[in-house]
Amino acid sequence: MLAFAIRRLFEALMVMLAVALIAFALFRYVGDPVNQMVGQDATLADRAELRRHLGLDDPVIVQFGRFVSHAVRFDFGISYQLKQSVTGMIAERFPATFELALAAALFAVVFGIPMGVYTGIYRDSWLSKVFLTVSLIGISLPTFLIGILLIYLFAVKLGWFSSFGRGEVITVGFWRTGLLTISGLKALVLPAITLGLFQMTLITRLVRAEMLEVLRTDYIKFARARGLSDRAINFGHALRNTLVPVITIIGLQLGLIIAFAIITESVFQWPGMGLMFIQAVQNADIPVMAAYLLLVAFLFVLINLIVDLVYVRIDPRIRIYSKGTG
Amino acid sequence: MNEASPNRLSSTAGVPTARPRSRLAALRDSDLWQSFVASRLVVAAALLTTLLVGAAFLAPLIAPHNPYDLKSLELIDADRPPAWEEGGDARFLLGTDDQGRDILSTIMYGTRASLMIGICSVLLAVAIGLSLGLWAGYAGGRIDAAIMRVADVQLTFPAILTALLIDGVALAIFKRYTFEGGKFWILVMAIGLSYWVQYARTVRGVTLVERDKEYVQAARLIGIGPMKIMFQHILPNVMGPVLVLATINLALAIITEATLSFLGVGLPPTEPSLGTMIQVGNKYLFSGSWWMVAFPGLTLALLAVAVNLLGDWLRDALNPKLR
Amino acid sequence: MVRAWKAKTAATLVATVLLAGAAEARSVTWARTGDALTLDPHSQNEGPTHNLLQNIYEPLMLREHTGKLLPTLAESWKVTSDPLVWEFKLRQGVKFHNGNTFNADDVVFSIERALQPTSDMKGIISSIEKVSKVDDHTVQIKTKGPNPILPDQLTNIYIMDKEWSEANNTVTVEDFKAKKDNFAVRNANGTGPYSVVSREQDVKTVLKLFDGYWGKGQVPLGIESINYVTIKKDETRVAALLSGEVDLVQDMPVQDIDRVQKTQGLKVNLGQENRSIFLGMDMGSPDLKSDDVQGKNPFADKRVRQAINMAIDRDGIRRAVMRNQSKPSGMIIGPFVNGYSEEFGKAPAVSVDKAKALLAEAGYANGFSIAFHCPNDRYVSDEGICQAVVPMLARIGIKANLISQSKTKHFPAIQNGETEFYLLGWGVPTYDSEYAFSFLHHTRSGRYGGWNGTRYSNPELDKKIEGLSSEIDIAKRNAAIAEIWKTVQDETMYIPLHDQLLAYAMKGDLDVPVSPDNYVHMKFIAPKK
Repeated sequence: MLAFAIRRLFEALMVMLAVALIAFALFRYVGDPVNQMVGQDATLADRAELRRHLGLDDPVIVQFGRFVSHAVRFDFGISYQLKQSVTGMIAERFPATFELALAAALFAVVFGIPMGVYTGIYRDSWLSKVFLTVSLIGISLPTFLIGILLIYLFAVKLGWFSSFGRGEVITVGFWRTGLLTISGLKALVLPAITLGLFQMTLITRLVRAEMLEVLRTDYIKFARARGLSDRAINFGHALRNTLVPVITIIGLQLGLIIAFAIITESVFQWPGMGLMFIQAVQNADIPVMAAYLLLVAFLFVLINLIVDLVYVRIDPRIRIYSKGTG
Repeated sequence: MNEASPNRLSSTAGVPTARPRSRLAALRDSDLWQSFVASRLVVAAALLTTLLVGAAFLAPLIAPHNPYDLKSLELIDADRPPAWEEGGDARFLLGTDDQGRDILSTIMYGTRASLMIGICSVLLAVAIGLSLGLWAGYAGGRIDAAIMRVADVQLTFPAILTALLIDGVALAIFKRYTFEGGKFWILVMAIGLSYWVQYARTVRGVTLVERDKEYVQAARLIGIGPMKIMFQHILPNVMGPVLVLATINLALAIITEATLSFLGVGLPPTEPSLGTMIQVGNKYLFSGSWWMVAFPGLTLALLAVAVNLLGDWLRDALNPKLR
Repeated sequence: MVRAWKAKTAATLVATVLLAGAAEARSVTWARTGDALTLDPHSQNEGPTHNLLQNIYEPLMLREHTGKLLPTLAESWKVTSDPLVWEFKLRQGVKFHNGNTFNADDVVFSIERALQPTSDMKGIISSIEKVSKVDDHTVQIKTKGPNPILPDQLTNIYIMDKEWSEANNTVTVEDFKAKKDNFAVRNANGTGPYSVVSREQDVKTVLKLFDGYWGKGQVPLGIESINYVTIKKDETRVAALLSGEVDLVQDMPVQDIDRVQKTQGLKVNLGQENRSIFLGMDMGSPDLKSDDVQGKNPFADKRVRQAINMAIDRDGIRRAVMRNQSKPSGMIIGPFVNGYSEEFGKAPAVSVDKAKALLAEAGYANGFSIAFHCPNDRYVSDEGICQAVVPMLARIGIKANLISQSKTKHFPAIQNGETEFYLLGWGVPTYDSEYAFSFLHHTRSGRYGGWNGTRYSNPELDKKIEGLSSEIDIAKRNAAIAEIWKTVQDETMYIPLHDQLLAYAMKGDLDVPVSPDNYVHMKFIAPKK
């Protein structure tokens, strides 16, 4: 177990280093950093001075090392566009994205699992067909189309929900939350549905597939033979077995949530990290892009690592196999 | 389990046939085709996809106008509703956009652009993935480890994120001058580089298995070089799964391009794709010019759902577990 | 028990209602397409930046929406016996947001700061030679030559607190092009009616009423707090207005004006803006980088410029892109400005054939390609205008490759000489042609030509322009202005498109008048009950 953990940790570090290399290359070689920071009226002497100050003439290894040491201390330099510290920008935007992702995941789980269970058990009912159609639409339609549709229907035509921004935001410590106000919660609904629909359909399909497979297994047949009620079978046995892969998937889907958050935040003008990133891409703001890349990589690697370690604990087969292959 | 079709039992069981069955007949009797026609939904999806793709490819021949020909745009035709509404013009069946482009023609040309980008990017992804996968699987050892490491790193990122990054970097480098068709190739590169990993992994897996087979050992003994072995012997065995991946990948590539265009970092409004049309048309939704976003949106939605249905069916049909 | 609880609840309810009635605090959510570029008052001479800053900082005198000059931090002003010296009597009892007292030191400091090399305001006050304090409430400004219109030029020069600036190390103006950070970029301390509560660039800036404002009682001050939000997408801005989340949309997308006018509870105010939209070309460089012509510069040939001028269908743009919210023009200043003439103001007739002939004459029968830079979040339908121009140029053989980007990238690109064919809009807050000349026509050097992206350099013209600021004879001065216009119109130095019309959409209880400067001064707004 320990050996496995250490090995995974080492691999995670290697991945982070590789990503840091890419981020550094972006930072240093895309466009000319000096040009970005200095007006056209700057003299040659000014430029040379700036080069020295930024250490741009040092050997590449030294520059990379400096980059990494800054990154570890969360210093990502200054945004070309907003002239603010990138770390400050990220700290400002992080709560918004986090709350959105959380709401989306909640939506996906709260609706996805029951739908999956229902369509797994009552395979041929018309309600199942409705659910499956919804899930088909959810998984095929591009996120931005879903967003536009929801805005048009619920924000403009019906006027039930907000179409942009986070509503009233309350600052708790350094965290700007929208969860404590009615307008904040209302503003969360449509973006959360847009972001969570894809995951919801994935969960529905997964739960359904797992239910179908489990319900066919021997021990379920034996339970039926023993006379256990359908209810006990479905929920007591079948469901529990489907939950493990589902939980893993939810964790691994974090990558997709963060990626699709970029689109959702753009459609709803939600002031989170995703909107910050897409604006950085539109404005060729390299420091922000590099910092986002590093941050997101770190999150993914961390989640993957945790899921792996947790999985090893709950699924003894992995432990046995990995021991065998050493 | 599925029942053997009556044809097979009666005509071929134990009795050598007089002449070999035609390939078409074999195809028609195969499980694949049977499961295809069994589902009306999948057939409808296939027909719809063929229709849309066909119309898109034939756009230069059958579209009423060429929206990419800037000289032909007339501002006086801007913002016309569909032909059946008041103020519509029979020349512009589905109406015009804010610059006077015919919506129907733009949908056809735009889908064509999206398809071209999709196909080129899939080809790029396949080329990269195949080469790297073959190399990794055949060479093994350090090279294998290195390539798979890179693959793993990229796999931690969702494709859309990789595509956005590559697009952003390319735009930062080429920002000042938009050379002819520049955006097209930037998008092909961005999307292609985001999707090569699955091919590499699949091909590597197959290569690992094939490498130890007798015919490959034999070829090595004779002295046939590794390149020849990889491309002439191993490759044909790998094409099956690659083709399935490519089909599903094409759908993803088109959606990715539509998303990038919608976000403003894909095809520009002067040579729009479906995604760009939706982004521009959205501005006019409230002022009553609904057709500018509704028709492209509907086309994209139908295309996406249809291709997904097909992809689903393909995956299920070729999945031995569900048989 | 229950009865006591009920009574308590009733009491609380009544109290709340009473308090709510008494507060009458109207908060306004004010939406624009693009944010103020910075909070540093001297860093960027840009409309939306001034618009926001004029609610936080104040100049010596303000130009209100009728065009009159309103005494603000200066109560009165006059030319002294020395024709080169103006004297300003400053208002007393004025406080900055941080409690410091306003006095002559602050005025001297601020004007000197506005004259620094990195300030974008230096071009307007280029005639100032020296500012000096006479006493705590009197300031004298000496100009290089007699300048009768100095007060008109001071309406956008804001006064900062000297002590605050020194304490916070912001004595130098932020160098916007060089992207150097500076305390004043995100923090403000002015004498204006509103102080900054929070600033999230490109998202939201929150202002609240400044209790110690000197103007209390003299102006309505009916708005207690302001949420200034940036909503770049047209449809989102309109949706937010329609759903009631936003109270005032200053940049109404033209295609939605009709619908909002028909909506109950909302209204639209229209008016002409003192701003012209035009195209600029690099005509001074020997060879262009983004074109496909080697060894020479197509824009250097007057015939090419004239050809472009007659290829553009300004009326078509007005109808289709601007939905009638523009006035086609042949001059890059509008009728508000001194120096405007009907003769030049008439838009040139469209003639594609003549244009093609001219191009052929100049040696470009096959046309050429060029990069075309455009902002997408500053002027009314700016991107739409550029997209409409592209096919018009294609018809005469010029292939324009459109690069559409945020003003935050577009403006520095022009100022850094990176653009070769671009769209720009220009407003004239002094209502006098000299302003346009100093920024747009004079060679780029020193305090002049900061926005002249044409690389056009005519030393004779430069001298004439510089001479304007010291000519006291009005007739002579106007004649000189007319001469300069004749030269630049003849050269077709810019391609004028149109004058902008503005549309403000707002909730029915507000009445925000459209000012030709496109500035909203919240202190004058009194919401209807």
